[in-house]
Amino acid sequence: MRILLVEDDPTVRSFIAKGLTETGHLVEQADNGKDGLFLAVSEKFDVIILDRMLPGGIDGLRILETLRAQANATPVLILSALADVDDRVAGLKSGSDDYLTKPFAFSELLARVEALGRRGRNEAAPQTKLEVGGLEMDLLSRSVRRDGQKIDLQPREFRLLEFLMRHAGQVVTRTMLLEGVWDYHFDPQTNVIDVHVSRLRQKVDKPFSQPLIQTVRNSGYMLRAD
Amino acid sequence: MIRFRFSASGPERQSSIRKKRRFSYAAFRHHIGGLRSAGVRFALGYAVLFWVSAVLFLSVIWWGTAGLLERQVEASVSADARALSERWTDGGLSALALTIEDRLEDNVDDDALYLLVDPHNQRVAGNLSAWPADVAMSGVWYQLTIRRAGARGVAEVQAFDLPSGYRLLVGRDVRGRTNLRRLLTDTLLWAWVFITVLTLVGALLVRNMFRRMISSIARTTSAIAHGDMSRRMTLSGRGDELDEVAEAINEMLDRIARLMDGVKQVSNAIAHDLRTPITRARTQLEYAALHAPDEAALRSAIENGVSDLDNITAVFEALLRIAQIEAGSRRSAFAVFDLVAVLHDIVELYEPVAEEQAIRIIPRTPSHVLFYGDRSMIQQAVSNLIDNAIKFSPHGGTITVSAAVGPDLSCDGKSSGQAATIAVTDEGVGMNEADLERASERFFRADSARNTPGSGLGLSLVQAIVQLHGGSLQFMRRSPGLSVELHLPVSDTGDTRTGADMNQDSQSSHPQDRTTMIKRHP
Repeated sequence: MRILLVEDDPTVRSFIAKGLTETGHLVEQADNGKDGLFLAVSEKFDVIILDRMLPGGIDGLRILETLRAQANATPVLILSALADVDDRVAGLKSGSDDYLTKPFAFSELLARVEALGRRGRNEAAPQTKLEVGGLEMDLLSRSVRRDGQKIDLQPREFRLLEFLMRHAGQVVTRTMLLEGVWDYHFDPQTNVIDVHVSRLRQKVDKPFSQPLIQTVRNSGYMLRAD
Repeated sequence: MIRFRFSASGPERQSSIRKKRRFSYAAFRHHIGGLRSAGVRFALGYAVLFWVSAVLFLSVIWWGTAGLLERQVEASVSADARALSERWTDGGLSALALTIEDRLEDNVDDDALYLLVDPHNQRVAGNLSAWPADVAMSGVWYQLTIRRAGARGVAEVQAFDLPSGYRLLVGRDVRGRTNLRRLLTDTLLWAWVFITVLTLVGALLVRNMFRRMISSIARTTSAIAHGDMSRRMTLSGRGDELDEVAEAINEMLDRIARLMDGVKQVSNAIAHDLRTPITRARTQLEYAALHAPDEAALRSAIENGVSDLDNITAVFEALLRIAQIEAGSRRSAFAVFDLVAVLHDIVELYEPVAEEQAIRIIPRTPSHVLFYGDRSMIQQAVSNLIDNAIKFSPHGGTITVSAAVGPDLSCDGKSSGQAATIAVTDEGVGMNEADLERASERFFRADSARNTPGSGLGLSLVQAIVQLHGGSLQFMRRSPGLSVELHLPVSDTGDTRTGADMNQDSQSSHPQDRTTMIKRHP
């Protein structure tokens, strides 16, 4: 993916750029709002990572608002030290697709950026059926089958599996699951998500030879058919 | 000798007098404050308004009275003339002359003037000796100075043409009325002078009143601006507009004090309680940098350091959130939602974790409880309570999460509304009374909880959230276990008006919220 990174702190910038490059992405960098805005409007990117507070008179939200005013729908992830709920709401209201607060774990950032890039690609067609390996999910009849065998899921388990399948092949962090499946925007501290995932595994993976739900160390989970 | 001294001190005295005068002028200007003083503007406005309306009032009186007199004269002269011309038509010249003589005889006030002349300007009848030279045209009012019986007087007259060259003059001596008019004018002028004086005195009074009203507010606010945050406005107790302003200012000051308190507490917490984990992380990293035997050890030390930093961030965020909630600034997300649905969601989230330790979570709720508040915060508060309950429950224990709506008993007895009670009850080790009193303090951890993971901020956050919703937090000891109850005021209708009500509740019951109530259960 081609990613634009607008961040003024050199350490954080080079850390992110390095990490993203290592995972196979192309990264353009800007260290102030002016250059960032110029790059964002003049070139095509798959995802833009924006810091909110930037030197040069143009802050992250201004860049975002300008982009959206030009009907540029490039997915934007705001990366900010402004962590208040109100700040988050302001960011999402001005058109960002995701909001990550500093300090952050790189794995979290990577997972979110990849999810955004993917979303940008297959947003066009609303799906009624998801399929990964032998696992099929019918979103209309809300039924799940694996290798032709029906799997009974609780409503919440169904939504958890749906989220994983929509992000198949990507790392999904625990926070992403909490936000995406439960709509909780705080850290419950305990390993609640792990337990839910392990329950889902009991139903989806245990009876079959090939496990689909993988644990990614230090980051989260990934649904993948090898 | 004396003269010499006098002349020497002359200029000095003069200059000192001038200085004094200048000083007093400055003092005067300071006292009045010029147009920049709102009091002076207020007083001037009052004066101008009063003066203009008084002058208008006097003018109306003057014109009304004087004009009425004039119109009366004109009306009676016209009536007279009409009657006389009828006499002429009926009886001719002799009848008219006779009537005029009759009228003059009947005239008690002696103010009527008549003159009938023939075509050669010879007097036929009437009490005027000759036709006045000024009166040339008929049908027009003339004002004449006449001399009758040795006295000068003013008269209003009108001439009428009669057939065959005869002319008739009818008028009134208005000397008495002119006197009356002069008297009236004099009176009104005096009234005007008095009104002007009254206006000035009134303006001064208004200005002083205004200044008195403002000065107490100004004094207190400037004391506060200079750092004395404990000062408050004094209320007169009359409940007037000034008291309203003073109350609003006092409320504002209370809120500012609360905000500053929050900031102070957070900075204290950062100073005292974040130093320890930061020190730990630092020591670990420093030790690894200096003494790690191989790369694996170095990596694991760094990983530990990172996870320590993550914990510090979590604590930091929790602290900020508590401070923010306590400041009461997060009311923007308040909305009506179903409390029961939220509870069931949370129970569902925690059930698998609990089941791993064979703990059952039993929800006991009615089908719906509509509640006005911040959904995400209530979620977090209940999550924290359930999280705690799971941590302290024995293997195979039961946790009950119940919700109910009943009359609001938790507040100071004045509130008559309904309250939702959310209770999370466990069968764990519970807490002793001394610990219960401190349970919602920041960073407090009971001895029995030292070895469980946690920051000691969970209940502080719950306390802050409950407080934001205008409710109270209660701990009840069970045997065994502990029940934590949230009492949250709720309105019957759940409309937006509740927002304001809760606002008031949370402010008025603020001091009470802090006290943690402990009740014993057998």
